[in-house]
Amino acid sequence: MKYQDELVIQVNDLTKRFDDVLAVDTVNFDVSRGEFFGFLGPNGAGKTTTINMLTGLARPDSGTILIGGIDCTKKPRTAQHLIGVVPDESNLYPELTGFENLSFCAALYGIGKCQREERSRHLLKTFDLVKAADRKFGGYSKGMKRKLTIAAGIIHEPEILFLDEPTTGIDVASARQLRQLIADLHGNGTTIFLTTHYIEEAERLCDRIAFIVSGHIVAIDSVTNLIQPVQAKHVVLFSFANTVGDYAALLNETYPGLDFTLPGPGKMRVESDESIRVGPLVRYLEDLGLEVQEARRVQPSLEDIFVRITGIEAESMRKETEKAGGRK
Amino acid sequence: MKAWIAFWNILVKDMKTYYLKPPNISWGLMFPLAWTSMFFIRSGSGLDAIPTILPGVVAVSILFGTTSMLSVAVTFEKKQRSFERLLLAPIQLEMLMLAKTSGAILFGTANAFVPVIMAAFLFDLSGISWISWIVFISATFLIAVTSTFLGLFIAVAVKEVFEAQTFSNFFRFPMMFLCGLFFPIEKLPILIKPFSYILPLTYGVDILQGTLNGSQIMPLTLDFLMLGIFCFGLFYLSLRNIRIRWIA
Ligand SMILES: Nc1ncnc2c1ncn2[C@@H]1O[C@H](COP(=O)(O)OP(=O)(O)O)[C@@H](O)[C@H]1O
Ligand SMILES: [Mg+2]
Repeated sequence: MKYQDELVIQVNDLTKRFDDVLAVDTVNFDVSRGEFFGFLGPNGAGKTTTINMLTGLARPDSGTILIGGIDCTKKPRTAQHLIGVVPDESNLYPELTGFENLSFCAALYGIGKCQREERSRHLLKTFDLVKAADRKFGGYSKGMKRKLTIAAGIIHEPEILFLDEPTTGIDVASARQLRQLIADLHGNGTTIFLTTHYIEEAERLCDRIAFIVSGHIVAIDSVTNLIQPVQAKHVVLFSFANTVGDYAALLNETYPGLDFTLPGPGKMRVESDESIRVGPLVRYLEDLGLEVQEARRVQPSLEDIFVRITGIEAESMRKETEKAGGRK
Repeated sequence: MKAWIAFWNILVKDMKTYYLKPPNISWGLMFPLAWTSMFFIRSGSGLDAIPTILPGVVAVSILFGTTSMLSVAVTFEKKQRSFERLLLAPIQLEMLMLAKTSGAILFGTANAFVPVIMAAFLFDLSGISWISWIVFISATFLIAVTSTFLGLFIAVAVKEVFEAQTFSNFFRFPMMFLCGLFFPIEKLPILIKPFSYILPLTYGVDILQGTLNGSQIMPLTLDFLMLGIFCFGLFYLSLRNIRIRWIA
């Protein structure tokens, strides 16, 4: 593979197997300098395994990785000064304070004492952790831990930052704050590789997204291009207090211009290229014996396309537990 | 230069978080004291037995001060995943592991001098020449390095912290009994004797015996050579295991 200056990550036919699980299967993608690239997939899709191989914590079975043009499969440790890594679980030292943790991480990159302390103080301020600076990391809340872990990942000002599910398992307010901080980092020119199983998060933050399922990339494109096919669609979601027979087939026959699907018990989704008139539809449904609780127009989003391509229920992704699959 | 900043900070952090903790310090003081008293009581001998007892107490103090301490510290960091930070840093693995072990080596060497200082109050050690002291200090240092690397070897071979403890005892106790401390090696049963010679501590103790009471059984150069081989061998094997098992 030839190194193009603008492509800071080039991955070719990357494959990794654990005993009988093919965790990552012939994965190919490039990330350009300054891009915000997302890996979106359910638990156990192979996101962490991919990050581990890219950052030198795991060895690929086959395939090549170039980071900043350096072949990481041959020289896994030479590209490490270019990258910062925020793992899926906070892995700082519980017995050190927030400040000591940051300063220690900076020292690992050979940064001198003055600069180390200055940067640590600066990041503690940016991440709103000044009050916790002298408290032991072990006593931090989950959200604070995640914030400090991100700060530790960028203390050496890396060109490329890897974030593995940064908002999983923390409260909504902290998650929002973190997304803003990550967006700011990207705004300052850092190339970002983020994995997530939150579709909305990927849609909101990323320039380009790869859908990964069972180790395969099933789609990879810019968010705009991905949404394109559903952009012009009109969608209405219904929920019912009861159900009657196979009404979807009947409805599809009665309204040829509309597409009816049943995403779950008591739920119905109507999609059309034209605007949908909800009033008459509700009356018709009630005549069928369905008790309509709610009819809601929704803006088609990345979720629709994700569900369409992967066949994975969006709801099940949202409910996924914090203890992301993988390492035991 | 950059690598030294990392090296120094790893060493200082480990010193603060593991080795210079009050329980460890008091352990480092109590342990030799207990051992020495046990020897006196058991042998019923007087203070003039100190030169015969001292090499053993020194060797055992180092062994117990380093092996499990390092293997527990490393296994613990591996388990709570902070070890990944070290593996992500742009430092050569050799350098990284030297930094990680140097705290235990220093702690072990310092531990060795606790019994020596205690002995100096009870017995006139001035008969020992300065050359002997240099040999003694080099030997203590090498024993500390070897037993630290043994701890590293153990840490890399196990997953759980308690396994690290158990496994280090699996090495330490046979080593204690077979290195010529309790029974002279010549008097060991013929079938057990070869085991003495595959344990690093045997060679370390032999040097200490030579310097403190002149009762060594092997040439000094052979002792140093064997200790050196154990150091390199254990370090090399540990790094190999890290590369194979931890960056899998
Ligand atoms: N160290 C490991 N040993 C065995 N199987 C593993 C290991 N790490 C990951 N896996 C398996 O590989 C697959 C991908 O896991 P992972 O990359 O952690 O997924 P994700 O991060 O997308 O949730 C899963 O089936 C997981 O069980
Ligand atoms: Mg994961």
